[in-house]
Amino acid sequence: MRVVTAGADLLADAVQAQAVDVTRVDWRPPLPGTEADLTAVALDPRRSEANARAGAAMLAVTAHLVDVGPASEVLGLQRGEFLHAGPPITWDRASGPLRGGLMAGAALEGLVDDPEDAVALFESGDTVSLEPCHHRGTVGPMAGVVTPSMWMFVLEDRATGRRTHCSLNEGLGKVLRYGAYSPDVLARLRWMGDVLGPALRTAVRATVDDTGPVDVTGILTQMLQMGDEAHNRNRAGTLMLLRDLAPALASSGIDAGDVAEVLRFVGGNDHFFLNLAMPACKLALDAARDVPGSTMVVAMARNGTDFGIQVSGTGDEWFTGPAQVAEGLYLGDYGPDDANPDIGDSAITETAGLGGFAMATAPAIVRLVGGSVPDALATTRRMHEITLTENPRWSVPVLEFQGTPTGIDVTRVCRTGILPQINTGMAGRLAGVGQVGAGLVTPPAAIFPQALVRLAELSTQAQHA
Amino acid sequence: MSSHVELRPGAYADSVTLLQVSRTVAGLPGVAAAQVAMATPLNIEVLEGMGFAVPAEAGVNDLVVAVRLDDPAALDAVLAGVDRALDDSSRRPTGAAEVAPHRTTAAALRDAGDALVLVSVPGPSAVVEAMDAVEAGRDVMVFSDHVPVEHEVALKRAAEAAGVLVMGPDCGTAIVDGVGLGFANVVSPGPVGIVAASGTGCQQLLALLDHAGVGVTSALGVGGRDLTAEVGGLATREALRRLDADDRVELIVVVSKPPAPEVATAIEEYAAGLATPVELALLGPGRPDLTAAAERVLRRLSRALPDLSPADPSETSRRVGGELLRGLFVGGTLAGEARQIAAETLGVVGSALADLHGEGHGVVDFGDDAYTSGRAHPMIDPTLRLEHLARAAADPHTGVILLDVVLGHGAEPDPAALLATALAEVSQPVVACVVGTAQDPQDLDRQVRLLAEAGAEVHLSNAGATRRALEILGAGR
Repeated sequence: MRVVTAGADLLADAVQAQAVDVTRVDWRPPLPGTEADLTAVALDPRRSEANARAGAAMLAVTAHLVDVGPASEVLGLQRGEFLHAGPPITWDRASGPLRGGLMAGAALEGLVDDPEDAVALFESGDTVSLEPCHHRGTVGPMAGVVTPSMWMFVLEDRATGRRTHCSLNEGLGKVLRYGAYSPDVLARLRWMGDVLGPALRTAVRATVDDTGPVDVTGILTQMLQMGDEAHNRNRAGTLMLLRDLAPALASSGIDAGDVAEVLRFVGGNDHFFLNLAMPACKLALDAARDVPGSTMVVAMARNGTDFGIQVSGTGDEWFTGPAQVAEGLYLGDYGPDDANPDIGDSAITETAGLGGFAMATAPAIVRLVGGSVPDALATTRRMHEITLTENPRWSVPVLEFQGTPTGIDVTRVCRTGILPQINTGMAGRLAGVGQVGAGLVTPPAAIFPQALVRLAELSTQAQHA
Repeated sequence: MSSHVELRPGAYADSVTLLQVSRTVAGLPGVAAAQVAMATPLNIEVLEGMGFAVPAEAGVNDLVVAVRLDDPAALDAVLAGVDRALDDSSRRPTGAAEVAPHRTTAAALRDAGDALVLVSVPGPSAVVEAMDAVEAGRDVMVFSDHVPVEHEVALKRAAEAAGVLVMGPDCGTAIVDGVGLGFANVVSPGPVGIVAASGTGCQQLLALLDHAGVGVTSALGVGGRDLTAEVGGLATREALRRLDADDRVELIVVVSKPPAPEVATAIEEYAAGLATPVELALLGPGRPDLTAAAERVLRRLSRALPDLSPADPSETSRRVGGELLRGLFVGGTLAGEARQIAAETLGVVGSALADLHGEGHGVVDFGDDAYTSGRAHPMIDPTLRLEHLARAAADPHTGVILLDVVLGHGAEPDPAALLATALAEVSQPVVACVVGTAQDPQDLDRQVRLLAEAGAEVHLSNAGATRRALEILGAGR
């Protein structure tokens, strides 16, 4: 016989004294003020099955790369429409890097000649509009700015035909998504639109015809075994993508110099695959949306000012709080004063069980974010305390091939006070600066009790309906 | 003398741990008195009773450290001692792998899928942990009290749908397959299976059967409210089903606090349909007491109950001073039984703390929810009862003092020793009932001897002890 005890050690001791195998829960009081809502949600008769359903739906998704195309085409994005990372925000509350990204986007679209001129455009707000990427089936890294002429990856769940999207990764340092807008940033974006995007489209379409679409979920499985956690480290994933696309690229008839440039650009950018990992995660999590009674988090996203989450059982509502500044290592002479609060939709990887949740598999980045290997193992194990399930496909060799912790449960976050661990890049606080570092961050704790209150309300309504 | 009181917001330890920490700190050099406790209203009252001024902003999530020093210079050393005691209490042994323990029952059950779950977290969080067990299809004992009855009903409905047994809330005692949970006496395996909506009622039954040499297979607690109209015997039915299916059980006994009549009828009908015979020991006015119920069970097993009164009824030198009965109990059902028996002779017997020091007879259960908020149960923490025992003894109206001493796993390791010290200051006659078995860790014989040496008349039957107390009271008139 085995006994699990939660509560007084004295009672556990008394059972153990009878030579019974006792597992002690390290119970502590929940986040302040959440007891009543936790009980209401625990007793929601829909919850258990709803969470099982949401978890199963998420795990059933396989993401395939089926196309590449401009946002105007694949999202129907119009001139003057701008997508951004995180929950909804207005220009007046936008942080430096988001402003910088929008300014670069306006210049790229030819709405202004000089990015600096875009400030007046966004202040007036007359001919431009801002909308979260998430509202358009898209995820945007860092500032996450998407404009009509930017080229996008198109991922599809073959079973349901649902699609998600993400822009092409620009590399590190002075780039739009970190808020930089200098002429070289714009020149790179134009090359991506003129050469990289069309070349990838040709290669992806030819690959689809020839060998079938690239299985992004499958690459994620392999890269996790190769030391990537698919958020701050995507080296193996990027090379596997190149391996899959290179034959079609080589035989595409595209100018050999351009092909070489594309291969050099993709191969030289260890983060290129991040922009496929993110929409693959969103595709899986979107399948878990809108299950009444489910307490599973389906999105975590930041706009540089607010950190927001969405929960399966609460529809499209965002629960937001102030984004935190990451702790980590800084590039060059940058320091904590230069860093902007957390930004980007990339926490979708953690939401799906990658990134910080898969820390144990990526010893190489542990040092980057100032930790030791045991810390990395402990981080992944800690995340199992707040998740509903684990992903058998994404397994971690060093943890006996245990699946990564998956499906963040609002109630377990409130019960344990353990916050999701996010691996992230750090953008400069001021528009135009670009990346200043990389590190670790957590959501503001208060957004989980907010979501819990809503779940408890909906549970009560459902039971009286 | 100097006092130091500080709040530590957000710090938390369970009440049992804090009791141990308080004791450790009180024993440090230079300390006259010490209390480390969560700032619940009850604990604030206790602190104020000790003469400490607790800051008005103290809330239930704050830890209060209060010390009175013989030597003010010792403060720093004493506070360091507080930190050390808190650290020591929270340090758990970890293996070489340094894997942090799980933080929820759900997570723990992933690694221990076949386990039984024992929940004793504070009441407002108990249902959440218990639901983890129900969801995982595991039986759960909820020791915690302060769970609203509507939550109990919802929990037990979910358990019914999952085919899971929920023992409790406020289930103090269970024995499952011979393993004692909560306050459980050590019994030999045997032909009896018990379903108990009464913790100390179950313990009295276990003890009396043990004295007669009869063993028990399982004693499934169901919580004191299970046979009320609201809960409707949801767990009792499941427990009966389990025991009926157990080949080792020859006779099932249902012991309960006074049930709702319609629920009692329904359970009786359900019991009649089982293959195993069922003896109902439902307490209440006009119904047999626990000792009588035990006798009936033993008769069905063709056994006799041994003589439970003291070999040598004390020709007590203690004089009956006053005219009032003062019962200070740690067992809820035992207190109820004593009150009911006393009421037949004395008329009105109060049950509130005020009745213990008022102008009428009073029998108080210190294990009642009202006295355990943020404090350990009196079977673990005797402080509150000892304090009121001293007050009752100082009252010239006190005629006789009636006590219970409950042994078994989970209970205070040496309750008689603590009581004996207090009884030295008592001049009135004291009648005590010891509820325990020969194999209990506290050593039944020694507990009886210590109490007897301290001048108490010691019985093994609570009903017998109560009747004897009434006799002494009558004789003194």
